[in-house]
Amino acid sequence: MGTTQRQGVHLKIDGLKKRFGDAEVLKNIHLEIQAGEFIAIVGKSGCGKSTLLRQIAGLDTPSEGVIYHEHHELRGLHPDSKIMFQDSRLLPWLKIRDNVGLGLTGDWKAKAEWALEQVGLADRANEWPSVLSGGQKQRVALARALVSGPRLLLLDEPLGALDALTRIDMQRLIENLWKEQGFTAIMVTHDVSEAVALADRVILIEAGEITLDKKIALYRPRERGNAMYAELEGSILDRVLGKAEKVDTFAI
Amino acid sequence: MNKDKWIPFMIPLLVLIIWYTATELAWVDTKLFPSPVAVLTAFFKLTLSGELLAHTWASSQRALTGLVIGVAIGMFFGLLNGLYPIAEKLLDSTLQMIRNIPHLALIPVVIIWFGIGEEGKIFLVVVGVFFPVYVNAFYGIRSIDKGLIEMAKVYGLKGWTLFKKVVLPGALPATLVGVRQSLGIMWLTLIVSETVAVDSGIGYMAMNARDFMQMDVIILSIMIYAALGKLSDLIAKAFEKRLLRWRA
Repeated sequence: MGTTQRQGVHLKIDGLKKRFGDAEVLKNIHLEIQAGEFIAIVGKSGCGKSTLLRQIAGLDTPSEGVIYHEHHELRGLHPDSKIMFQDSRLLPWLKIRDNVGLGLTGDWKAKAEWALEQVGLADRANEWPSVLSGGQKQRVALARALVSGPRLLLLDEPLGALDALTRIDMQRLIENLWKEQGFTAIMVTHDVSEAVALADRVILIEAGEITLDKKIALYRPRERGNAMYAELEGSILDRVLGKAEKVDTFAI
Repeated sequence: MNKDKWIPFMIPLLVLIIWYTATELAWVDTKLFPSPVAVLTAFFKLTLSGELLAHTWASSQRALTGLVIGVAIGMFFGLLNGLYPIAEKLLDSTLQMIRNIPHLALIPVVIIWFGIGEEGKIFLVVVGVFFPVYVNAFYGIRSIDKGLIEMAKVYGLKGWTLFKKVVLPGALPATLVGVRQSLGIMWLTLIVSETVAVDSGIGYMAMNARDFMQMDVIILSIMIYAALGKLSDLIAKAFEKRLLRWRA
């Protein structure tokens, strides 16, 4: 059950600006995302990547510009969009099964158990979140995000707090579920290697502007040792760091 | 482990031994300071006559009625002011002003308003219990992780469901701290108000015994209060354990 292929969401962002007081965090963002695409947004902290994700999620409203969600102007939260946060944000007073089923109606228990099975935690359904490790909590958060069959999954540095091995495990899991379920995925990360491993396109944001939009034409599953992979990762990493170096020399 | 269990009882036991020895060897006047045996005898006598149970029941009923009403009102205002800043602006400073009045100072007013019946005592317990619950419930609401609320909204929760699944359980730990604090105030209020004007209850039993110089009954009353206080704390702890069992 639940694996009925629903197509991902098509997104178009047109002239988006976001200001907080006098500070312009996002400056004139234009971006089109195809249905079912996996996008990674990278950039240094404070560049505005998380702010952009919050606009797409409908958690914040842009100061200017429009986001088209399936060609309709987005206003506030959309039921087809789900977010996975860096901190898992599980409700500590609900059993894991109830956390996954949050907001569902009807036969939610079976759905929640199905989603837990997808992330390999079916046997933990009856426990409290406090007994889980950080990686397991993020698996539960992923199950919660996927249980309603979202057409757009937004991931806000979801693996940022996990150790390296757990991260690789989770990246595979996310990639497989994305392939299976066909939703559009947008992941904010500061890990370029993670972006290259998962995304169809890597977008670099610097000081509130998109300065790179790179297609990753590698076959999946991607081999990290692969020369093409290493080259792509290196060139994007250079871009992320390179511009900053120039600014530094200027400053001196 | 087994030895540790006895540690909390060592001091009470020591006090009991000293007390017994002091009265047995007539170091103190047993008229003013009855022996533990006399207090125990009084306990059995009053239990057999049914008096003790009737008075304890009367006191407990007042305490519980006042507690339930006070906790309900305290939670209501705590949640209201925690959830709606406009309500807080309107009500909080007034409530803080009232909070600073020692509620037992209201006894003369209460006697005039309510007479010496049940209402006055229950009223005083309600007033005493209200503030710790209000302050802690308010704090509980304010300290809920904003990230959890945001998450819940993303997952389609709003209105009553949001309140029931996120806000209320989030505010519960702090609210229960308030309830436990208020238990002490509940008994204190009752002791004082029962000694002022009343015709039943542990406090009445003690005041009545004073008139006949029955020191054993007076001491017994004080010990009953201590036992009731301890018992209510144990019950509150058990409730807390059950309601907050998700805490590791």
